[in-house]
Amino acid sequence: MSKKIRDSDPARGPQVTRRGLFKGAATVAGATVAGGLAGGYIPNALTRQALAQGDRPIKIGFQAHRTGIGATYGRWYERTTRAAVKLINESGGIAGRQIDLIIEDDGTDPKRGAEVVEKFANLHKVDVAFGTLFSHVVVGSAPRAGELKLPYFVVSEGYHVASGKLNRYVFQPGISDVRSQMTAISGWVLNNLGKNVTIIYPDYAFGYDHRDFFGAAVKAGGGKVNALIPIPPTESSFTRYFPRIPKDTDLLYHVMVGPGVLTFVKELGEHFGSNRPNLFGFIDSLEGADLGSPGLEFLEGTHFWEAIPRYAQPDDTRYQKIYRKAVGVTDDAKSVADAKDTPTYSHMFGCWETLFIIKRMMEQSGYRESTAGDKANFIETLENAHWFNEGIEHPQGPKQFNGKTHQSYARQNISKVVNRRLTRVHQTEIADSLYEPEADYTKMPL
Amino acid sequence: MDFGPYLFLALLEGMVTAFVLALTALGLSLVFGVLRIVNIAHGEFFMLGAVLAWWSVSLVGDLPLVGFILALLIGPLIVGGIAIATDWLILRRINYNPESTIVATIGLLYIIQQAVLTLYGPDARPVPAPIYFRIDFPWFGYSGYKLIVAGMSGLLILASWIALSRSKLGLYMRATQLNEEMAQAFGVPVRRIYALVFAVGAMFAAVAGVLVVPIRQADYLMGLEPLLLSFIVVIIGGLGNLKGTLVAAFLIGLTDGIISVMISPTLAKILATLLVALVLAVRPGGLFGEQEA
Repeated sequence: MSKKIRDSDPARGPQVTRRGLFKGAATVAGATVAGGLAGGYIPNALTRQALAQGDRPIKIGFQAHRTGIGATYGRWYERTTRAAVKLINESGGIAGRQIDLIIEDDGTDPKRGAEVVEKFANLHKVDVAFGTLFSHVVVGSAPRAGELKLPYFVVSEGYHVASGKLNRYVFQPGISDVRSQMTAISGWVLNNLGKNVTIIYPDYAFGYDHRDFFGAAVKAGGGKVNALIPIPPTESSFTRYFPRIPKDTDLLYHVMVGPGVLTFVKELGEHFGSNRPNLFGFIDSLEGADLGSPGLEFLEGTHFWEAIPRYAQPDDTRYQKIYRKAVGVTDDAKSVADAKDTPTYSHMFGCWETLFIIKRMMEQSGYRESTAGDKANFIETLENAHWFNEGIEHPQGPKQFNGKTHQSYARQNISKVVNRRLTRVHQTEIADSLYEPEADYTKMPL
Repeated sequence: MDFGPYLFLALLEGMVTAFVLALTALGLSLVFGVLRIVNIAHGEFFMLGAVLAWWSVSLVGDLPLVGFILALLIGPLIVGGIAIATDWLILRRINYNPESTIVATIGLLYIIQQAVLTLYGPDARPVPAPIYFRIDFPWFGYSGYKLIVAGMSGLLILASWIALSRSKLGLYMRATQLNEEMAQAFGVPVRRIYALVFAVGAMFAAVAGVLVVPIRQADYLMGLEPLLLSFIVVIIGGLGNLKGTLVAAFLIGLTDGIISVMISPTLAKILATLLVALVLAVRPGGLFGEQEA
């Protein structure tokens, strides 16, 4: 395996020999890794001097869910993105060039999403677009990005990138996908919480990922899927679905998104009372919702998947602490500005990490202009990356990147609700989350 | 779950839906009956009621019951005020023209929605129930507050029924509904009645929003579902026919409850929509409406 170094023009600063550094770092503890990353800022300082002043800024188009059902996520994605851009700009920008962030609202709507992508490419002439979350919007927008040959970084968690359904220009390096998350956690869940499983999930693409991949993991782990209960995404009342949960269910796996989630949990509590099966949920169900909300007492003692612990843990790394402060979240998982405002903590870090990856890859590939050549170099450099180390740039933890599937893989956490806050009880390794890749985007033409 | 308890749960759910729906649809029906206009922003008044309930409960702090009573007063009053302003600023200026009103109230829908998004934010925020207890049936548990909602809706419907049939205002309203010009000739202040009816209709929706918010949460997009269901109910019951509206609300509420629990919620919505189509084809005036030849 040889490191591919592109375009090593001395004016753009020295190339970081990532491979050797990261390969070692992945197995070594955080401190070593930190050293490696802190060094990453030095070339920026050099390039800043080397580059002629008056270079145009790097334009990054942020496709935000400011309105529509994704608005809660969107607001926190925007805050996180602004915090990351501020940090990058303050520490020298991208190869000495400042980031110019251009934000467009897509209304959490696939059709408008595609229009936003078009606007980014043709009107704003951005260098890259990023930030899309909801899977139906990603699926609606990504083909347009491919047609316009605009590098498009999603922070969606969906399996659509790694599945190979999208195109060469679409990446998801800042957050792991749902399939890998379930692959990682299913063993622990089946062994500790129960093997007779009923799955409640939203009746569209995102929910089907959960149904299919967790369902498969249950069977592979010697468990049994008792019932599948799909719920339409616009549903606001859930009691009517609960009679379909078979009596012998000992584990109820739930994942819901949208404004109805609190009602869902509350009605579940009313229906079952103390006589409930074990519950395991994806924190997606309660992103942006305070665990202290009325009606959520019922969740005490139940378990959740988290990408990164929402409540400060005793063993948090210093990067996690720095990140938490930068995005304005308290140790009790509330906005510093407003105690009633709860972050979407297990997703928004993806914006932060993606922006740093864009920065690194632009610097490494010697990206200058939005030309076919520079874009190709940029994409191929990213496809040749294998690790993103834990550090300030990657507070969630190290990422293993697969250039063929355009997807990152990460450590996952299982947390338990204790005294109305989430406490981590288990953390997986990256290796637990790997599956046989189904795609190879590098074979597609640029 | 066995069939008996299953059906029982379905009936409970259906009954709660029916009462809230009746309250919401009554407002829409009233406005149509008297003003002969369709208010597309009706669902947004429902949403405003819910959001104002959140606001007044969080204003009071740890006293959910006090906050809730406050919400029951403040919510409808503010929403009624907005409705009167709407009447004066918009409806009156377009002369209550049915087509223009539809477009104008679509605009109003977006204005209210976006204003709430800006001022209140995109989150679904929970409101604690003023009185909360869980009824533990042998087969399943059920929220006691849901039954209170059904009961209070019933009382409110009854009270407004009495008010409409006994009071002078009710008499004026019915007179205006029957024949506007004749009513005016007899000294009924028709324009003021219009404004008042529009406000009362909006207040019905707001009260329903306040009642419902502890069951679900307040969010800026929650107005759509009650709007659609209210339309279905009002069309089936006969436009402007209050008795028909009530019957249709129970018909739709109960079938929705039973079919969605026993079979599938999607099927329940399909059937309700089919029923609308059927009613429009066979009895265009609705089940209880005046039939035009």
